[in-house]
Amino acid sequence: MIQFADVNYFEPWWAQIVKALVIFGIVFAVLPMLTVYERKLLGRFQGRYGPNRVGPFGLLQPLAEIVKFAVKEPFRPTTSIGFLFRVAPAIAILTAVAALAIIPWGNVQHIFGTRFGLYGIDVSVGPLYVFAMAGISFYGIMLGGWASGSKYSFLGSMRAAAQLISYEVSQGLALVGVVITSQTLSLTGIIHAQRGMWYIVPQLLGFLIFMVASFAETNRAPFDLVEADAELVGGYFTEYGGTGFVAYLFAEYVNMIVVSAIATTMFLGGWLIPGNPSIPGWIDPFIVAAKMMIFITLFIWIRATLPRLRYDQLMSFGWKILLPLATVNLLVTAIVVA
Amino acid sequence: MSTPTGTTGTTGTTATTGPAALDPADYRRREESVTMSAEPAGMGETRELLTLNFGPHHPATHGVLRLIATLEGEVVRDIKPIIGYVHTGIEKTAEEKSYWKVIPVIERMDYLSYYFNAMAFCGAVETLLELEVPPRAQYLRVIHLELNRIMSHLVWLGTSALDLGAMSMFWYCFRERETILDLFEMSSGQRMHTRYIQVGGVFEDIPVGFAHKVQKFVDEMPRRADQYADLLAKNEILLQRLSGTCPVDKETLLGLGVTGPLLRAAGVPWDLRKAAPYSSYDHFDFKVPIGTEGDNYDRFRVRHAEFYESSKIVEQALGGLPEGPYITPDRKVALPPRHELATSMEALIHHFKLVTEGFRVPAGEAYYPIESPRGELGCFVRSDGSSKPARVHMRDPSFINLQSTAPMVKNAYIADLIASLAMIDPILGGVDR
Repeated sequence: MIQFADVNYFEPWWAQIVKALVIFGIVFAVLPMLTVYERKLLGRFQGRYGPNRVGPFGLLQPLAEIVKFAVKEPFRPTTSIGFLFRVAPAIAILTAVAALAIIPWGNVQHIFGTRFGLYGIDVSVGPLYVFAMAGISFYGIMLGGWASGSKYSFLGSMRAAAQLISYEVSQGLALVGVVITSQTLSLTGIIHAQRGMWYIVPQLLGFLIFMVASFAETNRAPFDLVEADAELVGGYFTEYGGTGFVAYLFAEYVNMIVVSAIATTMFLGGWLIPGNPSIPGWIDPFIVAAKMMIFITLFIWIRATLPRLRYDQLMSFGWKILLPLATVNLLVTAIVVA
Repeated sequence: MSTPTGTTGTTGTTATTGPAALDPADYRRREESVTMSAEPAGMGETRELLTLNFGPHHPATHGVLRLIATLEGEVVRDIKPIIGYVHTGIEKTAEEKSYWKVIPVIERMDYLSYYFNAMAFCGAVETLLELEVPPRAQYLRVIHLELNRIMSHLVWLGTSALDLGAMSMFWYCFRERETILDLFEMSSGQRMHTRYIQVGGVFEDIPVGFAHKVQKFVDEMPRRADQYADLLAKNEILLQRLSGTCPVDKETLLGLGVTGPLLRAAGVPWDLRKAAPYSSYDHFDFKVPIGTEGDNYDRFRVRHAEFYESSKIVEQALGGLPEGPYITPDRKVALPPRHELATSMEALIHHFKLVTEGFRVPAGEAYYPIESPRGELGCFVRSDGSSKPARVHMRDPSFINLQSTAPMVKNAYIADLIASLAMIDPILGGVDR
């Protein structure tokens, strides 16, 4: 059997379970807040308040919405394929949550006399694990669109297939530069390698390529062609209502968190802060979260600002500009490091 | 300037299937004949095509327009607009109402340019009555018409930007629109469908403080329009989305009877405010923005430039607002002032006659074209001498302009179809009437 998670695998078995529950619990508690944050921030960008009626400052808005979605009648079109129609959103949310497991929130800590890594698992294939999960999550989107039995969903899922696959290549190549520089695939290892200098400095081009490709990967504006509300109504989730819709929505937000976390880890030095002062370890997750918030704010800001690309422009941008740039970046990095 | 009633987007139906049968059960068959053939005639293609139904309820159709698009991948190979989902029979309703009661219903046709609808109708009736409109009323009409034009273009810009994915523009545009609606409310008591323009003049003189607020708005508007241009016209994505997409040459547009910003974007400086000035438009100094290519970018730019020109007109009309009555002193047409009713027998009789029967209009026909935000809006009124019109017909620009959809978007991407539709700016309330 291949040892999948051998790097720094030193914790007792129960620690894994505790960590899984804690990460899952925290992320799913934060996620609804993220939707409020997005809507509030969008509101401010657009000269309005955003949600402010439910609860203090509108903070309970997502609660009201989740209740509303949960009690909706589970509807599906007669032309849809029942099993796939139900399974697809589950695939999307499962893979998104699974990718959360390897995000390093902090360094190894000594708690209760045992050593805890403030991360789910630290696998030896780091970024590859994320890409594997992202790759499977396409099935969630594609099957959802396909199984809906609607032409809008079908077009949306076809766009998803083309867009996600073509941008995943550039996204992956952009990270290879970091991996070559740090000489390790372990995400914690990459963070430790940034003690001297965050990789955003030597890998600036790689960082930019990664961010652009990430916008496409998470279906966020200006690359939200998969949803393209003006053209395809809702793209792949046109026919979804209730819990299926929430699953896709949450999957999108979790993907946003994952991508922000990967960017934080690979380019912004994870839990490190400039000068490397000795700080108590429990602060680490907050540093990571603060850095992630920068990216999430950027996602929202871009959404408020930029118009959407056209399908052919998206493809030619991905293949003719982003991919050659990523390749050049990789080659130059390889030559410099070698 | 006849009304080309026989050239709708749907006449293809009846042309291919013969005279439309009246049997309601036949409706489905006729509709299918427009739509559901996977291979449009004359294409000679054997590749698989996808027929996609946009609307009548679709976020990008700006109302209840229905589009049957035949797609090859992402490319639109054929398109058929289907209209009639908000047919309200306003033209017929107008025949049942006395002239002054027609104004409120006719305003509801093109619900974004209500001042223009009222203006076209009142203009036609005034032509029949050979009525002189006082200069102050003409200027007040111009102020409101141009504010309405800005308002309509703001809605167009906001929704178009939303269709292109630039969502924040919608709120920025509606913020300014709100200011205009507040001005309308100030001068007439209503935000929409104001019934401000009357036969013979306007409903009321402007209230105290209105001029100041309008001045503040027209000072602000060019600055806002600059900001819109900064946000949109300097954005590389938007430029790529708009420039060079879906051009139509002016011969095609003229052949289809298209008017307004769409025609001007193709380089034809046809603007009725200049070509056949009405309501003292010849007193004002303004330019008619035209495009060169006739693509979506020109359509965007032409309408955007009209923000500045309309602001200029409003400013001039406000500055040179003549003194005098705001409605014709002809008591046979306009209501007498309220205070006269207590002292003057004649005023009381006039008031009674106007309110009960309305005024009678000499028999005849009149067509009164004006330049609405979407093109030539003409009102045809035929009178049989009674106090109700015998026939009212609107040449609504949205209806005619909608014909240019097919030549515009053939062999374009779906995204360009949406963008072009936004640039056509059809108001379905005006299309179906």
